[in-house]
Amino acid sequence: MATLRLEIVTPDKLAFEGDVESVVIPGSEGELGVLPMHIPLMTQIKPGEVVITQNGKKDYLAVGEGFATVTQTNVNILTDMAIEWQHIDETAAEAAIERAKSTLAGRHDLSEEEVASVQASLLKSLAQLHVRRRHHS
Amino acid sequence: MAANTRDIRRRIKSVKNTAQITKAMQMVAASKMRKAQQLAIDGRPYAQLLNKISAAVNEVHGDEKHPLLQQREVKKELVIIISTDKGLCGALNTNLLREAAKFDPEKTLFITGGRKAAQWAARSRRNLIAEFQLKDTPSFVETKVISKMAIEQFLDGSVDKVSVLVTRFVNTLTQEPVVFQLLPVSASPSNTKDMEAAREAGGLDVEFEPNSLAVLDALLPYYAHFAIYRAVVEARAAEHSARMVAMKSATDNAKSLIKDLTLEYNKIRQASITTELLEITTAQMALG
Repeated sequence: MATLRLEIVTPDKLAFEGDVESVVIPGSEGELGVLPMHIPLMTQIKPGEVVITQNGKKDYLAVGEGFATVTQTNVNILTDMAIEWQHIDETAAEAAIERAKSTLAGRHDLSEEEVASVQASLLKSLAQLHVRRRHHS
Repeated sequence: MAANTRDIRRRIKSVKNTAQITKAMQMVAASKMRKAQQLAIDGRPYAQLLNKISAAVNEVHGDEKHPLLQQREVKKELVIIISTDKGLCGALNTNLLREAAKFDPEKTLFITGGRKAAQWAARSRRNLIAEFQLKDTPSFVETKVISKMAIEQFLDGSVDKVSVLVTRFVNTLTQEPVVFQLLPVSASPSNTKDMEAAREAGGLDVEFEPNSLAVLDALLPYYAHFAIYRAVVEARAAEHSARMVAMKSATDNAKSLIKDLTLEYNKIRQASITTELLEITTAQMALG
């Protein structure tokens, strides 16, 4: 069976590299299932869940914002966060959400930049929590 | 004679103190270096992929020009210099600023990150439009301010080209100043290979989602932000490496100086003892 070469990279590491049968990407226009021989595509991705099927087994990762490029044989995902669901720390994510919410609610002297960065981290934490809860069993 | 030995003793003591200080600085730099190098090396796959994507986008969108891709005749150039805040890191800043001096002062504006570059710009009366202070471990938010300013300058037409001058970290012993073009975003020679790879793998018919403009709007500024962030991370790795090496050679020099001085001191000491003995024996012989 044809496979796709998948690479997920974050600024601090190569989070995933391998040949997979399919991958689901959280595109900005909605979820996007990619199989081998997909037409070349480039999309923005939003914080959410990447589902990888490798050797018949599924693996779930929480990812942050970024970009994905798809060619017939390769999928490259460039994102600022990628955590496998087993490694997501639920309490830490919850704490981060609380912190972000209170920062956004309490302070009005934040610059545009700061608000954007807090909001981005809020979305990332929410994505983590979402992925973790879905597969926690 | 006695005064001379005292002088030498005093010098040995002061050199020893210096050696202790440089040794401590070497240790500090070494530990910071390890962290900074790790950060620089771990970030490379990400930077390469981003380069590849940007090169591919550039290739695909050769005709339909996004503002950040537009090549204009270069009347004014903006140069972003990333230097260190502190000295004592060998020839790092000297080499960097020698490159900076090559830009035509009439046609070049400067943004500096790091105190040394700012001092240089002020001293040599360059056209400095902004200076930024960077923390020891650079954060993305912090460096984004710089790239944002550069993008604004480029978009409103004040400058036609933005370059970055930074010390690239090659390895612990080698750091070299490099200049790369930030804006307009272009495929530099280093990623022509990537571009070919992208072309082969994907062909030129790439679909964009939601659409090409939205992707470019998000990708290109991000590319610029990240390029600056990378530059700063690499500069830090280079700085700490250079400082560690400089401090190590300072410590070594101090040690060999101590050795020489001790030898000298012992020689004088022995010589004076010998003379004293001689005097005593001669005196005894004269008496006896």
